[in-house]
Amino acid sequence: MSRLEILKTYKIYIGGKFPRTESGRFYTPKNGTTPLGNICLSSRKDFRNAVVAARGAFDGWSGATAYNRSQVLYRIAEMLEGRKAQFMDELMQQGSTKGAAEKEVHASIDRIIYYAGWCDKYTQLFSAVNPVATSHFNFTVPEPTGVVSVFAPEENSLIGLISTIIPVIASGNTCVVLASENKPLCAITFAEVINSSDVPGGVINILTGTRKELHSHMASHMDVNALFYTGNDKKEILEIKKLAVDNLKRVVVKDFVTIYSAEHDSPYYIEDFVEMKTTWHPIEKIGAAGSGY
Amino acid sequence: MTKKTIKINFDTGWDLAPAPESTSHIQLNEQYELFIGGKWVKPSSGKYFPTINPATEEKIAMVAEANEKDVDKAVKAARKAYTEVWSKMPASERAKYIYRIARLIQEKAREFAVIESMDGGKPIRESRDVDVPLAAAHFFYYAGWADKLDYAFPNRKPQSLGVAGQITPWNFPLLMAAWKIAPALATGNTVVLKPAETTSLTALKLAEIIQEAGLPDGVVNIITGAGETGAAIVNHNDIDKIAFTGSTGVGKIIQNAVAGTNKKVTLELGGKAANIIFEDAVLDQAVEGIINGIYFNQGHVCCAGSRLFVEESVYDIVLRKLKDRMESLIVGNPLDKNTDIGAINSKEQLTTINNYLKIGKSEGAEMYQSNCVVPKKGYWCKPTLFTNVSQSNRIVQEEIFGPVLAIQTFRTVAEVIEKANNTPFGLSAGVWTDKGSKLFNLSSQLKAGIIWGNTFNKFDPTSPFGGYKESGFGREGGLHGLKPYLKF
Amino acid sequence: MLPTLLFSLNLEFNFFRMIKKTTVYLNNPSPSVDQVGIIDRIDRITSRSIKDETKLQGLKLALNMVDLTTLEGADTENKVRQLCNKAQHLHDAYPGLPTVAAVCVYPNFVKTAKQCLQGSGINVASVATAFPSGQSSLEVKLLDVKIATDAGAEEIDMVISRGKFHEGEYNFVFDEIATIKEACGKSRLKVILETGELGSFDKVRKASDIAIEAGADFIKTSTGKISPAATLPVTLVMLEAIKDHYYRTGIQVGMKPAGGISNSKLALQYLLLVKETLGKDWLTNQWFRFGASSLANDLLMQIVKQQTGVYQSKDYFSKD
Repeated sequence: MSRLEILKTYKIYIGGKFPRTESGRFYTPKNGTTPLGNICLSSRKDFRNAVVAARGAFDGWSGATAYNRSQVLYRIAEMLEGRKAQFMDELMQQGSTKGAAEKEVHASIDRIIYYAGWCDKYTQLFSAVNPVATSHFNFTVPEPTGVVSVFAPEENSLIGLISTIIPVIASGNTCVVLASENKPLCAITFAEVINSSDVPGGVINILTGTRKELHSHMASHMDVNALFYTGNDKKEILEIKKLAVDNLKRVVVKDFVTIYSAEHDSPYYIEDFVEMKTTWHPIEKIGAAGSGY
Repeated sequence: MTKKTIKINFDTGWDLAPAPESTSHIQLNEQYELFIGGKWVKPSSGKYFPTINPATEEKIAMVAEANEKDVDKAVKAARKAYTEVWSKMPASERAKYIYRIARLIQEKAREFAVIESMDGGKPIRESRDVDVPLAAAHFFYYAGWADKLDYAFPNRKPQSLGVAGQITPWNFPLLMAAWKIAPALATGNTVVLKPAETTSLTALKLAEIIQEAGLPDGVVNIITGAGETGAAIVNHNDIDKIAFTGSTGVGKIIQNAVAGTNKKVTLELGGKAANIIFEDAVLDQAVEGIINGIYFNQGHVCCAGSRLFVEESVYDIVLRKLKDRMESLIVGNPLDKNTDIGAINSKEQLTTINNYLKIGKSEGAEMYQSNCVVPKKGYWCKPTLFTNVSQSNRIVQEEIFGPVLAIQTFRTVAEVIEKANNTPFGLSAGVWTDKGSKLFNLSSQLKAGIIWGNTFNKFDPTSPFGGYKESGFGREGGLHGLKPYLKF
Repeated sequence: MLPTLLFSLNLEFNFFRMIKKTTVYLNNPSPSVDQVGIIDRIDRITSRSIKDETKLQGLKLALNMVDLTTLEGADTENKVRQLCNKAQHLHDAYPGLPTVAAVCVYPNFVKTAKQCLQGSGINVASVATAFPSGQSSLEVKLLDVKIATDAGAEEIDMVISRGKFHEGEYNFVFDEIATIKEACGKSRLKVILETGELGSFDKVRKASDIAIEAGADFIKTSTGKISPAATLPVTLVMLEAIKDHYYRTGIQVGMKPAGGISNSKLALQYLLLVKETLGKDWLTNQWFRFGASSLANDLLMQIVKQQTGVYQSKDYFSKD
């Protein structure tokens, strides 16, 4: 007798836990005619809960040392490397060829490593010491913006997810991500990777469901500071931009069609989700030329 | 016990005689046209509006009102200048034009300062020592960037955007024009700029300088008018970039209006800055910082330190020193070299401020004003502070844009950080402590674009300026101020 | 074990003894001073415009606050007499001028000065305490003070022991001032900090607080023998110390910038600084003085210029 396979229950990921959607609803995306599973159809309340989790995690994550964030990101890559087979399997379930699946998983791991390296370097790239004409020391440094709503790309469900999440959190932001609607399997499995990678709960929150239902809440929530939209639905983009006005969210829209190209390995994705802070302090000039003693 | 009777008497009987700056050398027209395509052209509507001296309520000049047609004309001129001349010019030549503007402002500094004070009501001490020299410095700084952009953004091939539409506020008319025009020109863009309707004159004088500097026609166009003119700029479909400084309300309208377009936007909006005084602060200089934080430019400053937080243990002494310092502030004729606080910019703004004073009192806050005498004619507000307020008071939450300070106390670092960040704004903050490690803690935890440690309201062309949250986005000043005018 | 215990007991005993004398000072440790903030404040003062009636009034006030000073090794009886004469006849061509506040000399000339100034209302001030370095024993300093007060000096300008101050021997400095103050009797004590040797505003503030708490009637910047002498920023730091003490106690302490104030414009700026920091009660020679030798003539020239509208020449004003 052949053994009966255990099917996986795909749940969402909020605050380091794997709840079912509070709505109790599901949807069944298909590869062709093959159903991929019963996936949580997340509600606006799930999103709300995720934002609370993300906000709660912000101080700790943004306050961690850059070295620490760098190691945590590296750890994600390590965990992913160990579970390559599972991700390839899921990508194939979602319609990829084996070759494409392998390429996507490898590229995803490498991209995480790439951004892990930026955590303790981008600050030096974007900072400045400003030579003001008064007796002050003045410097500008980037700080994470806060909580970010992320619309992961619909295609390339693994590397798309990684290319949007990782640069956002590298600087200390926390995020709520809506996974690819039709190819959500990798996103949830990736949540399991995160959960075992020293990423504090709430830093990355992953929802499954439809953009149609969630985009307005992701754009309008007053405790979300920035928004990362991928895709090219003009109507949706306009709507999102308008909804984002109310608390002046920073809106970044990218059409992720060239996901493998080197341009996605870039600190400028980190720069999109930081705020520049400039600090002034007097310099006592005693004993110096032109001293005012 | 004797404490209460000890009072410093500032009624010295030795008062400063008026020392008005001469207005004899300034040149003003009775009527100003629109500066489009290098020429002065009449507004297509034929309409003009008066610009008023807020200290005397007298008309200074008539200013043209630009409508949609005029805006279109200006954008066309800017586009033509961009494609035919400015974008083709070697960057080093572009730099030289900008340097010329800087030099001409320095040469005419006194004239600019006097007109700025007449038109806007700010004390000549500030227009002479802050606004005008900083405006010149801004052009000088950005001029040098024009041919060095590849070093600012290595391997990114920075390119200009095209035509920039720029809308500036009435609190620093010339300086804000400089903040907008200088980086735009340095990065190779051409400009359509609209100054605020109550304070158009120095921008129009700047247009004269731009003419004198020989800038190619249409590179800078300066058109005047109120909100509708601004809206026409924002909505013009041949503009690539909008840069706006003003209220958060209008900023949101603009952001909404451009949502469906590819226009790049920089918004520099309102604020409600926390100015935090710790027990271990150098109190006398902190008091000076409080004064400078809220009474600079009549409090018409988006980054004004309008929310004061004082550690409870030094509250009494800080309040006492503050009130004593307020006694030596001279309110009056903006052109008087001894004036510390000038006229409120407009009748409308005075009404707004007075309304907030009423709200403050009705909310149960205690109002204190210095004992100065204000002139009968003109728009004035004595330096004001409110005690007995809390985070829930409207005068604590909303931007008043006047010389009005709301004072709260705190006990712990955690408490003051929470309260300071408890606002939709995030433009600036001040921290006063003699302890370095505490200062760095605060400066990293406060959600604001500018942190002044043991100082306040300092500005420099090399120093990026801009806010977090609803105070806007994008930075002006410094290397970071180039980016909003470039694509990569 | 025992010697150690005794030693520590002894230490403790000394410690409490020290605290007793300097309790007031220790209860209010000196705040530090932000130099950049001080300079900013002074910039606002110096950018003020003082003209017309304000100027004339200020010039006369300043003249009335001058301690006409001669403190040279080459001083002679005659030189002191001439100076006292000048003090009483500043510029007789213009009646109605105020007199200077005091004539300031070395102790051995106090008697001469007293004689010359009898009935003029002008005080005699004497430097003492091994002026200008202060490098001597307390016995010598006390004798110095006694000689001056016995000869009739109404005001004593002492110097603090800067060496001890730099060593951190604040109690020594405090006690020395307190002892000298006692020795002064009815004479008013001005304590010279010699700010040019202190090296920072923080130390100026600390020295000011020590002097004030130890009983100084005036605090004074400099001997005039060291550069920098008085400056506006240093004076502001000292005025702030006076203000804080006044807030705490209601007791007024006077201020005397000395050295380097040679022109009227600067003198007026000092007055403005006093006006905006301490107000009316300090704008009198009871509580504010200029230690200067050449300032008086410049003030006179400016007063005459204000009244006649004609720029003046030094040749028309007597030098003594």
